[in-house]
Amino acid sequence: MKKQLTIVTIAILLAGSWGCKKDSDFLNIAPTTFLTNDQVFSDPNLVLTVLADLYNRQEDLTSLDGYLQPYSGNTEPGWRSMADFSESFPSENGSSYLVQRTGWGYDTWRLDWTRAYVYLREVNLFLQRDSAATLLSADDKKRFYAEGRFLRANYYFEMVRRMGGVPLITSILTYDYKGDASGLQVPRAKESTIYDFIISEAEAIKNDLPSDINMKSRASKGAALAMKCRAALYAASIAKYGATTPSVALPGGEVGIDASKANGYYTTALAAANEIITGTAGAYALYNTGGNLSDNFSNLFLDKASPETIFMEDFKTGGKVHNFTVNDQPYSISDEGGDAGRLNPSLNLVEAFEKLDNTYAPLATKDGGGNPIYYTNLGDIFAGRDARLAGTVLLPSGTFKGKGIDIWAGYVLADNSILTSDEAGHTKALPGTTTPVQVVGIDGPVNGLELRSQSGFYIRKYLDPTTGSGRRGQGSTVAFIRYRFAEVLLNAAEAAFELGQAPVAAGFINQVRSRAGLTTPLTAGEITFDRIVHERRVELAFEGHILFDMKRWRLAHKVWDGAPTTVTDLVANIGSSTKHSTQPWGLWPYKYYNPASPDNGKWLFRETLPSLVSGSNRFLFGNYYSLIGDDVIAANPKIVRQPNQ
Amino acid sequence: MSILAIIAAASACKKDNYAAPSSILNGHVVYKGEAIQLERNQVPLQIYQYGLGKVGPIGQSFAQDGSYSAILFDGDYKIIVPNGQGPFLWQQTAAGNPDTVNVSLKGNKTVDLEVMPYYMIRTPQLAAAGGKVNATFKVEKIIMDANAKNIERVSLYINKDQFVSGGDNLAKTDLAGGAIVDPNNIPLSVTIPTLVPAQNYVYARIGLKLVGVEDLIYSPLQKVSF
Repeated sequence: MKKQLTIVTIAILLAGSWGCKKDSDFLNIAPTTFLTNDQVFSDPNLVLTVLADLYNRQEDLTSLDGYLQPYSGNTEPGWRSMADFSESFPSENGSSYLVQRTGWGYDTWRLDWTRAYVYLREVNLFLQRDSAATLLSADDKKRFYAEGRFLRANYYFEMVRRMGGVPLITSILTYDYKGDASGLQVPRAKESTIYDFIISEAEAIKNDLPSDINMKSRASKGAALAMKCRAALYAASIAKYGATTPSVALPGGEVGIDASKANGYYTTALAAANEIITGTAGAYALYNTGGNLSDNFSNLFLDKASPETIFMEDFKTGGKVHNFTVNDQPYSISDEGGDAGRLNPSLNLVEAFEKLDNTYAPLATKDGGGNPIYYTNLGDIFAGRDARLAGTVLLPSGTFKGKGIDIWAGYVLADNSILTSDEAGHTKALPGTTTPVQVVGIDGPVNGLELRSQSGFYIRKYLDPTTGSGRRGQGSTVAFIRYRFAEVLLNAAEAAFELGQAPVAAGFINQVRSRAGLTTPLTAGEITFDRIVHERRVELAFEGHILFDMKRWRLAHKVWDGAPTTVTDLVANIGSSTKHSTQPWGLWPYKYYNPASPDNGKWLFRETLPSLVSGSNRFLFGNYYSLIGDDVIAANPKIVRQPNQ
Repeated sequence: MSILAIIAAASACKKDNYAAPSSILNGHVVYKGEAIQLERNQVPLQIYQYGLGKVGPIGQSFAQDGSYSAILFDGDYKIIVPNGQGPFLWQQTAAGNPDTVNVSLKGNKTVDLEVMPYYMIRTPQLAAAGGKVNATFKVEKIIMDANAKNIERVSLYINKDQFVSGGDNLAKTDLAGGAIVDPNNIPLSVTIPTLVPAQNYVYARIGLKLVGVEDLIYSPLQKVSF
């Protein structure tokens, strides 16, 4: 009893002494597991980590590490984000749907609405907290603030080019939990309003960002100007060419821009491009290190110090890496058995590369009489073409990491029959002989044999020759370039051409072309709309431009018209902006075996539609602006539906 | 504990779901009572039900013969065709939104949707001769006012099965709108390719494409034997 009393007494005494602390402070203990806003926004290094997360969550439809699909949460691998639009064939059995569907759903290419507005809210919060910070230096604050605005504008750009005008939220919306959310329901802004926002933001922040060409993975003055230039060009072409598809518009202007605004936007685009070209943002230049022009073009994507790169998504060993090389390396020299060869550029794209005399011609497989043309060397058929062809596409005669690849489809025999195998690299005896010899390349092409080329080509752009980059465990650190100087030149050329300044346009476009070995300059008279469309397609192939370019020129429904592509279609009208291209063709090399013929052992080629291709791409008017879901409209009835959906 | 389990098991035996919808709503898209022929699965219509919290439509599309059908719960619905869809003009409100066809559904019901097509294909005559399908027809222009559209091309499609359109065909012939001499008598013919496996008939339809309109107007499906 006494003992108990003592304990109670001690307990009371202890409680009494603690009781001196105020009750309200009792639970007020600073957490040790996370940092508060005040702590973060007092140290520039911590602010940078917040910003790094915002950079990392920018959306790209085409990228090397792929993207998170809207809503489902599945990851779209990087290679597949480039494997559509008949520019390539997907050599992976699970991805054959890309060439077996007859068009795209209206929801294709949309952004996840919730993810987008959560992101924009967090950028807005970042801006508010940065501007309220008291312990950061004025220079740091200003630069962080400008970077946040750049990321927000670039994100709105991604939204507007996929979905047209969207609600423009630049402040932090807060729900008051009183049961009425109507104050948070913002209608869609006009499409032009979003473009105007991007242009004015870029203009406002450009001088707060460093003019430093080595600043490539963070926003720089060059990046802001490049974004402004591209946005103004998009707005201009939607205004001008939108007039050709009057049904792709909404009466409130959420989709479609008035044609009278075209010239103003083209002028803005040209001015922004000129600011970069004249060097006010730093000494950006085309990548040109001499030597082989195709290697130079390919190295532009591998060399992170390239003066051509303006803004890129960077990757780093030990941090963020991607599997582009794992998925797309040639099968015969793969670092990783069972992973290779998925992205096969199509003949449609390959033959679009010009001859060195600036003319278009299909790859010659037959002479005037319809007889096959025999080539002594495998690469001869590709000779005398735009150097970007071999820089973008790994041709059957090409090498990777110093090793040749092995693409050929079999022997053509004297009676014109084919000797081949459905197993890559298989051996069989030729007629009249008994010793089995290899009858088909290790890299294919064999119909339906995945991970080898089925079109006769592999991708070269972005393919990383670093040792081990083709291993799953290591991955590649090649950067994805979002804005580069050559695109700025082509933007300038297009804007100048549309403004009636063809000589100026020729000056810009010829710089890009001479770097690719097309040294005969185009004259002002030769600059046409088709030329500009063509130049962007070959220069910027697999860089995420084709869909958005075809949309803004309102060419998409003509190029992807749903009619199957025949050989006749394929070889005709090369260089025409409206040439239809709905199915990815291949070009299969064969060896000729006829000991009695002088052509024995030479190569011949056949245009071949891979047998898995059964659909043909049809782009509907309703595809021009991706679906805004019924769930979004149900939650906010002020949002109007997209046209033609 | 075991009593609880028994109670849970017994109550789980009771069905707690609703009966499936059973009222059939069907009909055609028509002009003066005549069904308008379309490409299958290309022209959508949207059915909205009144009185529910969410406002999303029940998506549908017209079949090749212009018909549609849906199995629904009894209730009040509205039907629209979205702007810019179909080779016809759907009634619009003054604000430019698609106007509504109201349907009060109680049991099965047939509702034909009256629209104004830009053109109609009249008196199509299709027959096979000499390894070809030959067609003659006339086109009648229905919409004459400011909304009128010109003809981009007319096409003759043939296919082995009953789905015949720009997207489903074995062979086709196009004639550009500018090359039409007499809209009251347009001839078209298409060579029948080798059919594998062989069959002695094809299905044929004539399609009419308008400038600036995505969907084609078709003639009724016809089986052509040879």
